[in-house]
Amino acid sequence: MTITAPIRPLPATPPVTSPPRRRRGSGNTDGPRTLFSETEIGRGKGRVVYWLVLALVFLLFLTVFIFPLYWMFSSAVKTPEEYAQPDPTFFPQSFVPETYQLAWDRMRIAKFFGNTALYAFGGWLIQIVFQVGVAYALSKLRPLFGKVVLGGMLASLMLPATALLIPAYLTVTDVPIFGWNLLNTPWALWLPAVANAFNIYVLKRFFDQIPNDLLDSAALDGAGRFRVLWSIVLPLSRPVLGVVSIFSIVAIWKDFIWPLLVLQDPETQTLSVALSRLASTSQVPPTQLMAGLAIASVPMIVVFLIFQRSIIGGLAAGSMKG
Amino acid sequence: MAVATAGPRPALRSRLGRKIQDNLMAYAFMAGGIACFALFSWYPLVRGVILSFQQINFVTDPYWVGTENFSAIFNDPLFVTAWKNTLVFTGIALIFGFAVPLGLSILINEMRHLKGFFRVAVYLPVMLPPIVGVLLFRYFYDPGFGLFNTVLRGVGLPESQWTQSSSTAMISLVLVSTWANLGGATLMYLAALQSIPGELYEAAELDGASAWRRLRHVTFPQLRFIMLVLLLLQIIATMQVFIEPYQLTGTSNPDTVTVMVLIYRYAFTVNQDFGMAAAMSVLLFVVLAIFSAIYLRVTRDRD
Repeated sequence: MTITAPIRPLPATPPVTSPPRRRRGSGNTDGPRTLFSETEIGRGKGRVVYWLVLALVFLLFLTVFIFPLYWMFSSAVKTPEEYAQPDPTFFPQSFVPETYQLAWDRMRIAKFFGNTALYAFGGWLIQIVFQVGVAYALSKLRPLFGKVVLGGMLASLMLPATALLIPAYLTVTDVPIFGWNLLNTPWALWLPAVANAFNIYVLKRFFDQIPNDLLDSAALDGAGRFRVLWSIVLPLSRPVLGVVSIFSIVAIWKDFIWPLLVLQDPETQTLSVALSRLASTSQVPPTQLMAGLAIASVPMIVVFLIFQRSIIGGLAAGSMKG
Repeated sequence: MAVATAGPRPALRSRLGRKIQDNLMAYAFMAGGIACFALFSWYPLVRGVILSFQQINFVTDPYWVGTENFSAIFNDPLFVTAWKNTLVFTGIALIFGFAVPLGLSILINEMRHLKGFFRVAVYLPVMLPPIVGVLLFRYFYDPGFGLFNTVLRGVGLPESQWTQSSSTAMISLVLVSTWANLGGATLMYLAALQSIPGELYEAAELDGASAWRRLRHVTFPQLRFIMLVLLLLQIIATMQVFIEPYQLTGTSNPDTVTVMVLIYRYAFTVNQDFGMAAAMSVLLFVVLAIFSAIYLRVTRDRD
């Protein structure tokens, strides 16, 4: 039930804003005023209560949000016997890191990981090319009926993805005009991913802020439309390209129901769909399944830790992904 | 004179030619994107509606069946069950998914330390592929050796059958889904909280307002808009719930069959009936469109 596409992006804020710099350390009073004042929290009884609450909230977050991940990574290194005993052990008493290796090879996580990486990077590339093309044309070339095209694309944000699932599936089995059957091919994920109005909207709004004078003077120097895009617009748009790239890669990595439908051949499946299938069979040892889950999570955790500013900032700016 | 009239004409023509060329250029840039939208967004929308009045067997061409698909789904006993389950899921998910992120964000906002950690921790589950959270919880829920029952035993509480009993199955699904998704709403509330002008709190404090009154009369009114927006978005998202029942309780369990699960069932498992699935999708679409329309109205008024 992830919020996969916003119905309509929240207005006003420019697409890329870094979150407000958070305060470091303690005791400095230059931060924004919140419900409680510094004096209420900083001395006497308030101070004790504050530290108590802080400790409790910290423990709560640790237990609820971090512990399940710790559990996933640590369960995978237990022996199947230890894993299955009725009283679970907090610290693994056995240590079998080879389970990860087994999952990677024998459960063929490597294959599905490779598939997913191919889908994510291919999808990212094709999305960036097509979506930048549309956004640039709509923002800077301003063709006839450009408003109609933009309106048609934004209208698709109103459509819940699931309502289109069945007809979109049938379309992929037999693409009109071309007559292609895209089932079990990467194109079944790549091409529909391009139809993401949110990215186009974000890109267009960013391009709109680039002054036309800049482009005009380049055009006077003899640069063509493509040259202007390549050497002026794109270098200036690095931050927004970064945000759009992260969101499109994460979206493909996390997607479940669409790849479940269009990639039914096990050889072509994504990691998520393969894990779902393997979890329903009884042949897979549960520790290897845990290792599989951990491997599927690592890329997303890494992406998040590296790009958390852009991701959280993009979220705060009104993009409701995830 | 002849020279004067001859002057502007070629210029006009070249300007027109330039304009046509510019437009061709622009549409060349957009061709790939427009084609993808046309094929995978606009066309399926139309096709979905048409399909709900058709039957298709992949051998002959689709043929018209009138409203047969709709009467077939209305006569399916699972139809009412699926809608009821979806509403129950959405309802319980709202109780958790609406109050918890709000409370967490207010807490985080008051913290002078570890703010970065809180932000990262709460959003981490959102980053994971949904199947990871679902399968992790499948282990936690295991009635025999699962973690939750171990903890319940440890503190002396009665154990639960979690997903395997019809009385707790739904709430178990809501728990996973809330765990996996509340980070987004929490961070958005947090951003809204940070944009509340501090003077409002200071003024309220000078007037002798207690912390509770400041919360009620400053914080909540300032958050009203984002609360409404997230409420609507959450209703729209939770009504499309699929992966939790699909993986945890199966597509044939009447306790947890939701609208999306039923659509999947019609098309891909039991019936192989795309007409019925399309009819069900159209109904879901209409219901969601109502909430989308409200959402659109609410955010447009704000502009």
